[in-house]
Amino acid sequence: MRFSRVLRVGAVVAATSLALAACGGGNGGGGGGDEGGNESLVSRAESGRLTVGIKIDQPGLGLQTPDGGYEGFDVDVAKYIAKELGVEEGDIEFVETPSAQRENMIEKGDVDFIVASYSITDERKQKVDFAGPYFLAHQDLLVRADDNSIQGAEDLNGKKLCSVRGSTSAQNVKEDFAKDADLQEYAGYSECLTGLENGAVDALTTDDTILAGYAAQNPGKFKLVGANLSDENYGVGLKKGDTEGRTAINNAIKKMQDSGEWKKSAEKWFGPSGYQVGEPPAIEQ
Amino acid sequence: MSAPSVLYDAPGPKAKARNVGYTIAFLVALAAVIWWVLATMAEKGQLDGEKWSPFVTDGRIWTTFILPGVQNTLIAAGLSILIALPIGALFGILRLSDHVWVRWPSATVVEFFRAVPVLILMFFANEFYFNFTDIASDQRPLYAVVTGLVLYNGSVLAEVVRAGILSLPKGQTEAAQALGLRKTQTMTNVLLPQAVTAMLPAIVSQIVVIVKDTALGGAALGFAELLSRIRPISNNYGQNMIATLVIVAVIFIVLNFIITSAASWLEKWNRQRKKGTGAVVAPGAVDDVATGQAV
Amino acid sequence: MFDFLSEYDVLGAFWVTVQLTFFSAIGSLIWGTILAGMRVSPVPLMRGFAASYINLMRNTPLTLIILACSLGLNQTLGMTLAGQNFEQQNYRLAILGFVAYTATFVCESIRSGINTVPVGQAEAARALGLGFTQVLGIVVLPQAFRSVVGPLASVLIALTKNTTIASTIGVAEASLLMSEMIENESDKIFLVFAIFALGFVILTLPTGLLLGWVAKKAAVKR
Repeated sequence: MRFSRVLRVGAVVAATSLALAACGGGNGGGGGGDEGGNESLVSRAESGRLTVGIKIDQPGLGLQTPDGGYEGFDVDVAKYIAKELGVEEGDIEFVETPSAQRENMIEKGDVDFIVASYSITDERKQKVDFAGPYFLAHQDLLVRADDNSIQGAEDLNGKKLCSVRGSTSAQNVKEDFAKDADLQEYAGYSECLTGLENGAVDALTTDDTILAGYAAQNPGKFKLVGANLSDENYGVGLKKGDTEGRTAINNAIKKMQDSGEWKKSAEKWFGPSGYQVGEPPAIEQ
Repeated sequence: MSAPSVLYDAPGPKAKARNVGYTIAFLVALAAVIWWVLATMAEKGQLDGEKWSPFVTDGRIWTTFILPGVQNTLIAAGLSILIALPIGALFGILRLSDHVWVRWPSATVVEFFRAVPVLILMFFANEFYFNFTDIASDQRPLYAVVTGLVLYNGSVLAEVVRAGILSLPKGQTEAAQALGLRKTQTMTNVLLPQAVTAMLPAIVSQIVVIVKDTALGGAALGFAELLSRIRPISNNYGQNMIATLVIVAVIFIVLNFIITSAASWLEKWNRQRKKGTGAVVAPGAVDDVATGQAV
Repeated sequence: MFDFLSEYDVLGAFWVTVQLTFFSAIGSLIWGTILAGMRVSPVPLMRGFAASYINLMRNTPLTLIILACSLGLNQTLGMTLAGQNFEQQNYRLAILGFVAYTATFVCESIRSGINTVPVGQAEAARALGLGFTQVLGIVVLPQAFRSVVGPLASVLIALTKNTTIASTIGVAEASLLMSEMIENESDKIFLVFAIFALGFVILTLPTGLLLGWVAKKAAVKR
């Protein structure tokens, strides 16, 4: 199994390299794949297996643990939805969906749906459909626990800020909140936290859910400011036009909220940082 | 000039005292730098036991994160060298062809892919596979990394092969011709077998370059190789990124040191062999190979 | 077909690549020569230090070295290299990383150049009563340099391509712009690739040809 996979990589790469070398990068052919077709999420769930896109590097939302499993609020939501669709926990295949690739992976059918701190925006809605929202997050700031100099966006000018390259939070800072802040951009949040811990940066900015996970993980080291810089409605992304699937997911989210499971999970993952979990948002999509 | 000692006289009592002085001064400077680094790290809490102990106490950090990372690095590097070798050999031989219409196009291809940075090749390969193939998203980075490495290292190896064949004494070709062998026969039966042994050290040291370059795939494409494992580890073990970076660096150095040692052992073995022509393409001996080594 | 190019500063990005290469090349030439001097010096400790430094650096991925410059030197040890903001600091840290890495290759080239200088040259110099630094600086190194222009050109070309790795800490050079463009203009990936590949061919090919010519001119005829 493993060996044949390696062979397959070898064959494709060799073929491509030769083709590229032969035509010096001429026009490659072949159409884009469209597997999965227009089949609804509900009928795919009936096969008993689902592939779900999550984040695997965000404590509290979606994190790959040393046991090889995944944990966090997004993972809980994904499991609950799958259960409502009739898929056992063991039959869910979790796949990492990097922020920049989420729409593409849904369009290509790489994943059945995505629960990965995925904000509902008009731009994204042109490519994919959203169910939910299942959570209302806000852009916020994470600072060292003993640092009281930053209370909100107005204190940011002249401060050293860190965020992840290409994220909306980074763009918001540059364009709106603090044009004079010194912004460092890294590939991941972990690099920012190293700088924050060592005093090389003053604040890390992104969604408060992600920050709450880090604060909870490092008690006494970091704290949330509660600056409430924007509203981020987290939705469940799925293939465009799958109305049946969207209704099914919406029903599952509603049931999770009404049953108290939603509150229990949110408080378990975000509560330890002092984060106040509010009421669940109304489903609008 | 083989022995560097030819650059200075055997030290007399005065020079000896001066050398001791230099040694002490250098030692003090080195110790000061190391002390400053460690003191600053300790002050920032980077030397805390909790940041380093998981590597000893928690075996899962190895089984879940580091070892699969090493495995991915080795798979990508192994595949790259295996695919790049035949391609390199082919283009190396084509460049030695008697026909201009074969020599020139192959030379252009080789020179082109040697001039383009591996990172750019990887970016392109990733988008190419994304747009024109059905490769699943979790496999795509591996394909893209291997493609980038094959294109670049294939062209470097083509130069190694060419140098290897050119390093053989002319008498080999002449003798083969005198025996009535055709050009293809001369190449496959006489020149290549001898050239391969001459090239082995250079090929093995090219593996070091490939292993190092897999790290590009982690940074640029999210390929789960060893270096990219610093993030999940850091997220699970209290943000110990600096500690993880040090451990990962040590693993890379040990891994590559083993390969480098193999290369120099092969070189020695080649030189000592009685058989063959004694031609050796040492790592870095060819200008072109030095290019590869520096990447 | 080329309309979309006006939205991107391709020339600006390549200019950063050229600057990175230029300053890193000068730095590595200086540090590489010092390392080579240490490597053949009469002080065993310096020889040992240079040898282990070279072994460690050459076996570490450059990506890791650049990341360590940013995360280790800057974010942990607080080294700012007098940069006013992160943009400047990252740029300078990247150059520092390239110098630290490339100097090992410069050093090894120079050392092999030293080996091509006939023994008699150093012996004659010593017979005149010159000390180690004089033998090396006045007699041996000038001749060694002339024979290593070729290998050094290869190192310079490799360095030019290596500067793309600065994108991992966010320095806005060519490859960072390419990754942005290839994402936004997914229908023009061949064109985008062709532009950047050509850019690097233009940067490296004349350098190689020119320095190849210089190498022939400079080589000591014996």
